Amino acid sequence: MAPPVLDWFGRPNRAAPERREMPAGLWIKCPRCASLVYRKELERNLRVCPRCGYHHRLSAVDRLALVLDRDSFAQTDSGLAPEDPLGFVDEKPYPERIEEAERRTGQREAILTGTGTIEGSRAVVGAMEFGFLGGSMGSVVGEKVARSAERAHERRWPLVLFVASGGARMQEGTLSLLQMAKTSVALGRLADAGVAFISVLCDPTTGGVAASFAFQGDVIVAEPGALVGFAGRRVIEQTIRQKLPDGFQTAEFLLEHGLVDAIVPRGELRTTLARLLRLAKAPCDPALAGAAAQGWEFGEPLAADEQPTA
Amino acid sequence: MSSRPPDLAGAPGDTAPDDPLERDLSGVEREILELRRITTAERIDLGEQIAALEARAEALREEIARHPSAWQRVQLARHPERPKVDEYIAGLTSEFVELHGDRGFGDDPAIVTGLGMIDGQPAAVIGHAKGRDTRENIARRFGMPNPEGYRKALRVMKLAEKLRIPVVTLIDTPGAFPGKEAEERGQSEAIATSLLEMARLRTPIVTVITGEGGSGGALAIGVSDTLMMLEHAVYSVISPEGCAAILWRDPQRTRDAAEALRLTAPDLAGFGVVDEIIPEPPGGAHRHPDDAIASVAEAVRRRLAAERGRSEESLLTARYEKYRRIGRVRDITGADPGGQAE
Repeated sequence: MAPPVLDWFGRPNRAAPERREMPAGLWIKCPRCASLVYRKELERNLRVCPRCGYHHRLSAVDRLALVLDRDSFAQTDSGLAPEDPLGFVDEKPYPERIEEAERRTGQREAILTGTGTIEGSRAVVGAMEFGFLGGSMGSVVGEKVARSAERAHERRWPLVLFVASGGARMQEGTLSLLQMAKTSVALGRLADAGVAFISVLCDPTTGGVAASFAFQGDVIVAEPGALVGFAGRRVIEQTIRQKLPDGFQTAEFLLEHGLVDAIVPRGELRTTLARLLRLAKAPCDPALAGAAAQGWEFGEPLAADEQPTA
Repeated sequence: MSSRPPDLAGAPGDTAPDDPLERDLSGVEREILELRRITTAERIDLGEQIAALEARAEALREEIARHPSAWQRVQLARHPERPKVDEYIAGLTSEFVELHGDRGFGDDPAIVTGLGMIDGQPAAVIGHAKGRDTRENIARRFGMPNPEGYRKALRVMKLAEKLRIPVVTLIDTPGAFPGKEAEERGQSEAIATSLLEMARLRTPIVTVITGEGGSGGALAIGVSDTLMMLEHAVYSVISPEGCAAILWRDPQRTRDAAEALRLTAPDLAGFGVVDEIIPEPPGGAHRHPDDAIASVAEAVRRRLAAERGRSEESLLTARYEKYRRIGRVRDITGADPGGQAE
């Protein structure tokens, strides 16, 4: 299957791409409150601004390191790479944009998938890499999400996806659009099988990704302050010809409008996900979960000698 | 058969056509307008000359419609005189009863839903509704649904599943409405839920894109067993205008974006995304609407007849496999990624 666990988790708060733009590197300016924060302090604080609580964006690797048990991650489908089915050229050819994104992020695509444990509970996991072409969904992201859903179905482990995406990828045209349908058929089967899917909305989650798997979770949680919405702010303002209020399309706005289950601060994310996984692991009357389903299955508990040490 | 009067320039707001045929056409159209002006202003009868020019314009339009560029197809797909959802429904069904409302918030006039008889068998029909004039377009939000529109559509699909009757969806939208209230009521959630439920709806779904297939707002009623497109319809992840503004940072580059996006029916048939292209009458559906409506009705009837008697099991398996295959990826397991993070 996957290459063995990478050594990421020994250094959980590795630099996110945005930090390279700070030449001094020792101090990070908070984009929200503009205060300068000592880098080490920011990293100790899980890249949450200690002054104002702003949640800096995390790379896919840092995200998985944050929530998974140490050394529990096994990557899957790491060899999947994009094609250029349309021969798309705008200001630059699409393959050139892909190469740049690879160089910048060290990733082959906008999502990292695999299996792992959270406080000992097994899950199939995926984390999106916003630094890779805005976390956009082309054929590879669609394929990896679909395969993750299929893997979760096979093993009857829950699926946890960390979403951060601007939407469908323009350079693969209608094929990107239809990845929304591809992920939906796979997640539909997972739902029919009675296996749970937890969606975690990170900053930002918009467009065709918001309008597909991000909002197909059985449980949907969001990070504080995350931008989550379908249409872009500017497009809406041009359409309705008025300014939108501050706080529009934030996680808090969504909670207020009944669109997400909970807002979970980064420091509590791991514990909350672990709790959700454990809660649904409780015995469940199959009859309650529908004729075809066998109840919400959240995976078997690990044997004692399999328990991760971290 | 009715034939609507010729329209003015094929591409509204388009001042400098690159295509020689389009250039000729706009020249002829300018002459016609000038002769009409002279006729009215100076009371000279130029009827014969005007008729000759109109015949010439007509021939040019048909020539353009025979081999339209991607951008010309976008213009044809958006043509204001193209048949609307109620005309297709009237051509396809008898005893149609429109069903309103999402049972929770309201009734969205940008989507029409209902039940009707097709070939003596009941079916649910769902389609985007553009308006015929400005007033109707404002009322129907130019066919751009709000979340309650998608929730109404889903309610009627679930009804079809319960009654074990097929679903026909007709797509013609610039996209889901980008509005403040749409976001407040969960536009993403409404579309996402519609996709998930259509993926596993236990009854046949036949879809025709009759005009504009605008992104997620189109796909939200388009996860289906059979996808057909009218010849000049388009189906795209983003409008050429939006794509030009983002990737070229120049909203004038719409023609380039339209070409690059490969959004035409023949392009999409080539990618295996579209099962059938329904031919349009000469000059496009707006020139001979009755013919276009009859062609759509014939194709839908034929496809529904083919689905009859099929088991749910084989239907859902085929739908799964159809969407599961879409996309192009390569597996380079073993190779290192192109670069390392700095």
